[in-house]
Amino acid sequence: MFENISLAFQGIWGHKMRSFLTMLGIIIGIAAIITIVSTIKGTNDQIKESLIGSGTNAVTVQLYQDTYPYTISQWNPAPEGVLPVAEETRQELEELDSVVAVSCYNTRRVDSYESDVCYQNKGFSGEIYGVDESYFSVAGYRLSHGRNFLEEDFASFRKVAILDAGAVDSLFVNKDPVGEILEIKGEPFTVVGVVDKKAQSGYAIESYRDYVMYAQNSSGGKVFIPGTAWPIAYNFDEPQAVILKAASTDDMTTIGQKAEDILTKAQITASTGNFSYKSDDLMGQAAQLQEFSNATNNQLLWIAGISLLVGGIGVMNIMLVTVTERTREIGLKKAIGARKRRILWQFLTEAAALTSIGGILGVGAGLGLSRFIASAMGTPTAVSYPAIAVAVLFSMFIGVIFGMIPAVKAANLNPIDALRRE
Amino acid sequence: MLLEMKDICKDYPQGKEVVKILKNVDLTVEEGDYLAIMGPSGSGKTTLMNIIGCLDVPTSGSYSLNGEDISRASENHLADVRNSTLGFVFQSFYLLPKLSARDNVALPLLYAGVKKRERSRRAVAALEMVGLGDRVDFMPNQLSGGQQQRVAIARAMINEPKILLADEPTGALDSTSGHQVMDLFDQLNAAGTTIVLITHEPAVGQRAKRVRRILDGRLLAEGEGGVGDAW
Repeated sequence: MFENISLAFQGIWGHKMRSFLTMLGIIIGIAAIITIVSTIKGTNDQIKESLIGSGTNAVTVQLYQDTYPYTISQWNPAPEGVLPVAEETRQELEELDSVVAVSCYNTRRVDSYESDVCYQNKGFSGEIYGVDESYFSVAGYRLSHGRNFLEEDFASFRKVAILDAGAVDSLFVNKDPVGEILEIKGEPFTVVGVVDKKAQSGYAIESYRDYVMYAQNSSGGKVFIPGTAWPIAYNFDEPQAVILKAASTDDMTTIGQKAEDILTKAQITASTGNFSYKSDDLMGQAAQLQEFSNATNNQLLWIAGISLLVGGIGVMNIMLVTVTERTREIGLKKAIGARKRRILWQFLTEAAALTSIGGILGVGAGLGLSRFIASAMGTPTAVSYPAIAVAVLFSMFIGVIFGMIPAVKAANLNPIDALRRE
Repeated sequence: MLLEMKDICKDYPQGKEVVKILKNVDLTVEEGDYLAIMGPSGSGKTTLMNIIGCLDVPTSGSYSLNGEDISRASENHLADVRNSTLGFVFQSFYLLPKLSARDNVALPLLYAGVKKRERSRRAVAALEMVGLGDRVDFMPNQLSGGQQQRVAIARAMINEPKILLADEPTGALDSTSGHQVMDLFDQLNAAGTTIVLITHEPAVGQRAKRVRRILDGRLLAEGEGGVGDAW
C-alpha cells in the first residue's frame, strides 16, 4: 500500500502540469462546495446566535393567551385566576435536569401617556420589570454603571431602580441617571445602576418577540425594580414569568417544555380565557429560519456537484491516457510476477491520490474564497470542519469511482501484447 | 525434469481463419541445462518463449514446470510462478525509467512480499554479482546499453529462479557489450542456473550447451538444421 502511494505521488509529480490541470475540475468543484457550505453555516450560526444569544442559554416561559404572549398593561389587566410563582413551584423548576438557575419576575408594558413611569414629568414607554436577585445573571445582563440590587433592597422593600441602556437613552439626555429619582405610579424610586446585555456584538435577542421588535427598532427600554417593591407600584398577585438558564443550548427546548407544563398546572387556576404558560422555542424558530436559508443554498450545492462530476470525468480521461502511456511498464510488472490486483490498486491509488490532492487544494481555495466573500459582501461565513472532512473523503471517492475503468483496463492488459507494443 | 512440454499447440485467430503458430512441440529441459532456441522471425520462437515463460497458455498439450502441471493454471498462479520460478531478460531491457538500478532490481521482491530493507540489501548484492556494485543508485538513462542489460539480468536473478529466460538478450547491444552479457550467462550457468534463450544469432547460439531449431512452428530434433546456417 505504501509502495502504491509513493508510486502514485511519483506519477503525479512526474507530470506536474498535466496533474494540476486534471485536478482543476476537482479543485473548482470542492472549492465551490466549501464556499457554499461555509456561507450556509455562517448564516445559520448568525441566526442561532442572534436569536438565542450565545452563551446565555436563557429560556423565557411566559403567559400566553391562545397563541399570543399575554403582556400586561393598562389595557390588558392581569387576568384573574393566574397566580404568582409559589416557592414550591420555583423549587420544582430548579430541580429539573440541566436547569442551572431560575428567576421569576413580573413585567408590564407601560406607555408614556399613562405616566406610570416618569422622570421630571417626562413619560416613559417600554417595559417595567419586578425582578429577583438572580434575574440579571440568568437573563445575561451586566452592570455597566452604578451598583446592583443589594440584599437589603429586597429585604426592606427599598424603592430603587436599575435601567437598561434603552431606558437611559429615552429618559436622560446627557445626564448620569444614577442618583436621579424616577416616579413609578407616583412613588419615588432612586436609580442606582445601569445594566446592559452581555452581548458580544450589537444587540442580543432573547425571544422571538424581541427579534421582531429589534427588527422594527421600537424597543423603548427597560426599567427594573426589586420584585419585593413591585406591590408598592402594582399588585402583589400579578402573574409572573420565569426565565431559566439551561446547562447547554441543546437542553433549552426540553427545559422550556417541562417548565411550561409545571407552570401551567401550578399557576393557572381558572379555566376561562384560554391561558397557558409557553416557552419561546427559540431553537425551533432558529431551525425554521435556518431551513429557509438552507433551501436556497442546497440548490447551489447540486450545481457545484455537477462540476465535481465533470472533474471526475477529466480524471478518468487522463488516467486512460496514463494507462496507455505506461503499457510497457504494466506488461513488465506482470511479467515479473505482479498480480492483476496489484496493478489495479496501483492505478486506483494514483487516481485517488490525484483527486484527494485536488480536494485538499479545493478546500484551501474554498476557505479563501469564502473569507473573501465574507469581507467583500459582508455575508457571514463559518468554517465547517465536518464539511471539510467530507469534501476530502468525497474527492478521494471520486478518484476511486472514475479511476476504476482505467485501472481495470490496466489490470486486464495481456503482458505479451503490453510488452510487444513499442 | 525441470521443464517438460508435450504436444504443445498454439493457435491464434486471425480474422476468420485460425493460424497455427506452434505445432505439436515436445521439449524437455534438465536442471543445469543451457538451451538455445534458434529460428527465423515468424517461426514461432517468441510464442514458444511466452508459453515457457507462463506469459501465455497453450491451446492444447501439457506443460509441467518444476514438477507442476501449469498448462491450465489460473492467472494469479501463473503470476506467482513467473515471480518465483522464472527470470526474464528482454531484448530491450524494459527497465522502469523512473526507478534507480537498485529499485528496478528489487521490484520482483516487492511482489514476493519481501520487506523493504531486505529488498534493498539483496538488490545491491545482485548488482554486485553482475559487476555494477558501483552503480546501484544510477537511473537507467545514466547507464550504457550493456549496463542496463546487466541490471535486467540482476533483476531476473534476484528471486533465484529455476530458469533464466532470455529473449534476444544481445539483440540491442554492440558486440563488446553482447560478449560481456554472454560471459555473464556462462558464469550463471556454471553456477547452476538453467538458461533458455532464443536468438537468431549463430554466435550467441553456439555458446549454449544445446541448440534446438524451430521452423514454421515445428521444433526440429536436436542437431537437425545445423548451427552455422544463415536464416
